[in-house]
Amino acid sequence: MKKLTLLATVGAVALMGVAANAADSDDPIVIPIHNWSSQIVMSNVVGQMYEEMGLNVEYVTTDSQAVYESVRLGDVALELEVWEGAFGASFREALSKGGLHDVGDHDAVTREDWWYPMWTKDACPGLPDWEALNDCAEVFATAETGDKGRYLDGPVDWLKHGQERVEALGMDFVVVNAGSAAALWAEIGAAEADKKPVVVFNWTPNFAEAVWPGEFVEFPAWEDGCDTDPAVGPNPDALYDCGNPATGYLKKAAWDGMKDQWPSAYCVLTKISFTNPQIAEMAKLVDTDELEPEEAAEEWLAANRAVVDPWMQGCSA
Amino acid sequence: MAVTHPSDVGVPGHEGARRDPVLLALLGTAFVIILFHAIGLLPLWLHRIPEALIPPTAEVLDVVFAFVQNDLGLIHITRFIAEGPLEFLLDATANLLYGKRRWPMLGPIPWTAIAAAAAVLGYYLGGWKMALLAGGTFIWTALIGQWDDAMETMSVLVVAAPIAFLMGLLLGIAAWKYAWVDTAIKPILSVLQTLPFFTYLLPAVIFFKVGPTAGAVATIIYAIPPMILMTTLGLKKVSPEVVEAGKMSGCTRWQMLTRVYLPAARTELLVGVNQVIMLCLAMVVLTAFIGMPGLGAKLLAMMGSFKLGRSFEIGVTIVLFAIMLDRMSKAWVVKQPEHHEKGTPWWQQHIFLLVGLAGFVVFYVIAQFVDVFAEIGRRQSFSKGKEFDVAIKSFLAIDAVNAVTEWLRWFLNVKVLIPFRNSLLWIPTPAFILLVTALAYWLGGRKPAIYGFAFFTLVALSGWWDRSVITLYTVISAVIISMLIGIPLGVFAARSERWSSRILLACDTAQTFPSFIYLIPAIMLFGVNDVAVVFAIVIFTTVPLTRYTIEGLRTVPPEITEAADMSGATRRQKLWTVQLPMALPTMAVGFNQAIMFAFFMVIIAAFIGTQDLGQELQRTLAGTELGKNIVLGLNVSLMALTFDLAVMAWTEKQKKALGLA
Repeated sequence: MKKLTLLATVGAVALMGVAANAADSDDPIVIPIHNWSSQIVMSNVVGQMYEEMGLNVEYVTTDSQAVYESVRLGDVALELEVWEGAFGASFREALSKGGLHDVGDHDAVTREDWWYPMWTKDACPGLPDWEALNDCAEVFATAETGDKGRYLDGPVDWLKHGQERVEALGMDFVVVNAGSAAALWAEIGAAEADKKPVVVFNWTPNFAEAVWPGEFVEFPAWEDGCDTDPAVGPNPDALYDCGNPATGYLKKAAWDGMKDQWPSAYCVLTKISFTNPQIAEMAKLVDTDELEPEEAAEEWLAANRAVVDPWMQGCSA
Repeated sequence: MAVTHPSDVGVPGHEGARRDPVLLALLGTAFVIILFHAIGLLPLWLHRIPEALIPPTAEVLDVVFAFVQNDLGLIHITRFIAEGPLEFLLDATANLLYGKRRWPMLGPIPWTAIAAAAAVLGYYLGGWKMALLAGGTFIWTALIGQWDDAMETMSVLVVAAPIAFLMGLLLGIAAWKYAWVDTAIKPILSVLQTLPFFTYLLPAVIFFKVGPTAGAVATIIYAIPPMILMTTLGLKKVSPEVVEAGKMSGCTRWQMLTRVYLPAARTELLVGVNQVIMLCLAMVVLTAFIGMPGLGAKLLAMMGSFKLGRSFEIGVTIVLFAIMLDRMSKAWVVKQPEHHEKGTPWWQQHIFLLVGLAGFVVFYVIAQFVDVFAEIGRRQSFSKGKEFDVAIKSFLAIDAVNAVTEWLRWFLNVKVLIPFRNSLLWIPTPAFILLVTALAYWLGGRKPAIYGFAFFTLVALSGWWDRSVITLYTVISAVIISMLIGIPLGVFAARSERWSSRILLACDTAQTFPSFIYLIPAIMLFGVNDVAVVFAIVIFTTVPLTRYTIEGLRTVPPEITEAADMSGATRRQKLWTVQLPMALPTMAVGFNQAIMFAFFMVIIAAFIGTQDLGQELQRTLAGTELGKNIVLGLNVSLMALTFDLAVMAWTEKQKKALGLA
């Protein structure tokens, strides 16, 4: 089995003529993986592409915020999923310290905002409009929140400004911060049992879309400056009085030294650009079909040669 | 033995204490402050220490660390160790166990070969049962589809555990040999044992590079303390006769150590080994936050995508490994070295080694031809994760379950927890410190009181007072609830041998189960709020309370219970006036452990969602705020130590009074 894959790899490499550029180092390219499936599979896909090019690849599990410090120091070579909302701050901080740089955006866009699973709509039919949500706030009330609705926000360190938005828009909601993504899922999962209406923080692309169909709440549309200038948005005296950008970026980042150490790998990285459906497919292979990430990456690669081959060929010359 | 009057012991130290002027002064001052606060006359600076007066500890620590790290060049040394010898060892084991492409390029060893060798080792140590446990654990791991992850974990542990053992041994010998080392090391060990693990993790990442190296270092630091303690304990207990014999046969100092002292302390050393292994396993999930690959990382990924069944299976694997290693190392403690008659052929002396090797080689060879013997992929595995998820969901959909959890959530939150938290937060800082001091004084006497006062004053000066109080509130609530559950359970179980061993097994399992797994069911039952947090802690803290209640009750000297029977006591009278008072010192050890566990778990509960020190600690993990991280960690440690010192001092006093010491 091992031997076969090796043979196939060698064959593929020979056929496509992307044998490792003489300048590429033999040192392993260290790719960080985090704790959500699309990122793990995507990292494995890119890793397997590099292996086809005859490069050595290693994976290391890291914290998704701390990783930028590691990229900066060259402990890991790149990062494939820089979410504007979740990691923009850490990324920009590392960027200002130097050592890593932006390698362009994926085609995919990201969105993070208040979200509800579909069954919530039965109890509050006016959704997804935020004013309709506010009108049925008592539907979301719990023991601790009295007659106000309860909104489960992401962990405080994600800096989602849920509290500020509730105040700026004068909503009858209490904001509770979950401690981790797992806590958000557990809350939705528990609500699913008796179809209890809930409104929680969520984002896309994400495995949850496949498990629990749902929608984002439509807040006043994002305008630039909504987070810095009180005048922007419906409330003239408050910040954060609009929804998050509906099309956030999803970037790739690389260690400054990568370009010189693995020029062809770096070249491929600049070309890589996944779309939302592709990312969703990667997540699905692991989350729904229960494959291991490596197997999922193999499967995805086999089915999407037409997508990745041009990226690799473009860098072989 | 001086049998004390049960009534004397019932409320220990109470009679004398009531008139104790020190206690009265402490409580009196505290109440005056509280009274002033209640009528609104207390100046603001006495309610909370003003921001301006709080020393910039975190900033100072950051400067110190920057100096040590960069100017003194410590980071170059640690990075050299991490990237040199440590990484080399980790790479070698990683190659053997899961085939990472590094020297010696032999791996991965087929799972069947490892399982066979483990089974033979198990048989050697403890017969068929142990062979089944050892071989079975590895077979389960392979069949459930977690082989690679388990081996990634093992590749770090087989490096970390021996290093922790060696370092612990050397430090233990040094502490036994030189009194000054002992005095220097004791307080450090106490702090290390109460420091939240998040505080180990960040320095490990900064100094030893994210990944298995940092994971190994954090694991080693965490696992060393008990090894040091057991080594010193064992060496101190070596009997003078043995030492004499060694001296008479003219041993050199080196020979005295290696041929006399260490072999004589074998039992304690092996208990230390057992502790090292257990603590290493406890770190498997936690070190995943700093890049340790394997089961822990997998567990976090599974929890992140709401796969309860699969995370539960990983938990089972970790428990199986823990139980297997625990039982095997304990069997090793009991097993005395074998001595063969002169003239026994070599193969007969090493029969187990040979059989083990043979099994290993046979399967190694088979695996070269039959894929399934080498590796089991996800498609061939027997994981029942999905079925498990469905079972949990249908359990939660039961109306009765919903009604009960809804009511509990309402009652505990609205009527108990939130009012309790608010009143603790309402108490002015100085009064709070005085109350804690009074408690420590009442329990343990002058020394714990002084420490308690100093420690809590430091906490107040750290600038994280409110969060510390919330942490403490969670700990106290959880410990009280687990006393209500754990002690009656222990009393019930202690009645019969059969129930004792059943409940103790449940305790063992609950304790080795990765604590993270409790978080999700807690949230699913109660939602993200304090009830879920307390519930998750209670699962953990009930264990020592139950265990030591059983232990305490079952070790009450039979003479005493007989005396009670003879004087015609009913079962209830015997329990309340004889057994419980006699068991109280042992139960206090359990109580103390419960508090320590609660301080440990409350930090993990940050993943549910809290507003305490744990939440801030979790936040520092992402960044590089080493100073803040350490200040937060020390706050937890200082509060835990206050209780530890007071309760342990009380236990000592009680044991003396009961003639048990």
